[in-house]
Amino acid sequence: MSIELKCHIGIGPDVEGEALVADDNFSARYDLDRIKGIFSRPQHKLAGQSYDGKILVLNTAKGGVASAWMLHEMKSRGIYPKAILFNTANTILAQGAALADMAMCDRFEAGDVTALINSGERVKVYPQKGLVIVKRE
Amino acid sequence: MRLSDEEQAMLAGEMGAPKRWAIEHMMQVGRMFDAEDLVPVSQAHMMADPESVGEAGTAFMEEMASHPESERRVAIPMITDPRGVDLNYYRPLGQTEEMADLERRFIAACEKLGILMTNTCINYQTIMPPVRGDHVAYGDTGVVIYCNSACGARSNFEGGPSALAAGLTGRTPRYGLHLDRHRVATKRYVVREQPRGLTDWGVLGAVVGRLAGSYWEVPAIEGLDAVPTSDEMKHLGAAMASYGSTPLFHLIGITPEAPDAKSIGADKLDGEDITPEMMNAFRSDFGAKGDKVDVVVFAAPQLSLVEMQQVADLVGGRNIHAETAMMVCTSPSVYADATRMGLVARIEASGAKVLEGTCFYQQYAREIGEANGWKRLLSNSTKIVNILGGYGYAPALADMEACIDAAVAGVVQ
Repeated sequence: MSIELKCHIGIGPDVEGEALVADDNFSARYDLDRIKGIFSRPQHKLAGQSYDGKILVLNTAKGGVASAWMLHEMKSRGIYPKAILFNTANTILAQGAALADMAMCDRFEAGDVTALINSGERVKVYPQKGLVIVKRE
Repeated sequence: MRLSDEEQAMLAGEMGAPKRWAIEHMMQVGRMFDAEDLVPVSQAHMMADPESVGEAGTAFMEEMASHPESERRVAIPMITDPRGVDLNYYRPLGQTEEMADLERRFIAACEKLGILMTNTCINYQTIMPPVRGDHVAYGDTGVVIYCNSACGARSNFEGGPSALAAGLTGRTPRYGLHLDRHRVATKRYVVREQPRGLTDWGVLGAVVGRLAGSYWEVPAIEGLDAVPTSDEMKHLGAAMASYGSTPLFHLIGITPEAPDAKSIGADKLDGEDITPEMMNAFRSDFGAKGDKVDVVVFAAPQLSLVEMQQVADLVGGRNIHAETAMMVCTSPSVYADATRMGLVARIEASGAKVLEGTCFYQQYAREIGEANGWKRLLSNSTKIVNILGGYGYAPALADMEACIDAAVAGVVQ
């Protein structure tokens, strides 16, 4: 069974991967150990988990313009999320996705995206169509 | 997105590859945020420390700098956020030659583009503050929120690449804070505990930022019994942007777009109290009484000349504890003035160090923490204690006087 989730037109290429979901926010500067590829801020709901190759599903982006460069830097070293889905992106993460050519979408019509997708599910992201497909067993 | 003839020429590559990249970048971002066209901007401000930029971003800038001068030179005044390496003082911090080389390469590329290396996040106090209605493309969230809120200028958070695109073209996509409809208040808060001192203003900003919780919310705040100083507004905004991704707030009766609640649409909103209990709950997250302190940091944002004098007055004639470090970060222009006025000498006579043109969290904070064995960090910056938990520190918050007392005693008092 597949579920189609419509969202706003996003940025970046079509990608497929495994979802890593949390009702929490995101900053590459505040939350990540980018060398190890894990969430490092102890208070983050994904603390200790690897984001490498995942489709991250989070609530919103938070302060810190550094993320705009950091997504590009992460991708250049091959340790990066395949896509980030937000309820609401901020401008920084969108700009970072544009430079890094990383998939990013937000504003889902069906509501809170962190409640619509579960960790471990296979997800296809089509940013230019504003569409995300969740494969559910 | 509608493009003018000149912008179409940039997109076609007729004005060189850097401008073509810039227009393509802005079109991608503008499309995501439904921008209908580009808006001329008077200044750009780029955040680009080497830890964030890395080898990949440095190579990207060097490629930009390899084009003919007529194609690579920025079209408007463009300035920079703090650097990640103070090239006059990096080995003692445990920073490596590789870090310094990356810094040197990035600076060289910026200079080839005609970028002014101001290396500051307090450009609104030291370089050229924007005026009300001035469209600008600023990086550093603290710079953006101050200039939107205190000055009435118009900027989105522009990450380094987008600030560069704006610098190269003199434009940015017209969305978000460039539009009247995104500057209307969406939340209303009533202050029930008056902030006293820089750290209190930061705590108020953090509490409001967490409650507002999104880039697209605009808090309107009332109930203040005094007009904040520029430094207080700086800490209020930097914290709000850090905890809430907030780019604009209004202080009703104080900030330029909010002479009264009605002017910003706040008269239609119910007010939520910011209580002493909420302020204390936040403070308790960052308490550390009795703990040994490894490093005391004054930064985020960089210190104004007035703050430099305050630090000098508090630490003058005292000695920092032998097992505690104290770092003070300021802009190159303030550093020059503070040196001329004897403030740097007074601060450093205590054993503290003043860093020029950097900000602590932007200078490979994880690596310098590990190199120096710094774990327990104390600061009066509500912003920096939010950031550094993810870098392996145990950050704690106290006001400037208590920070310096702790630096002297080696223990949080």
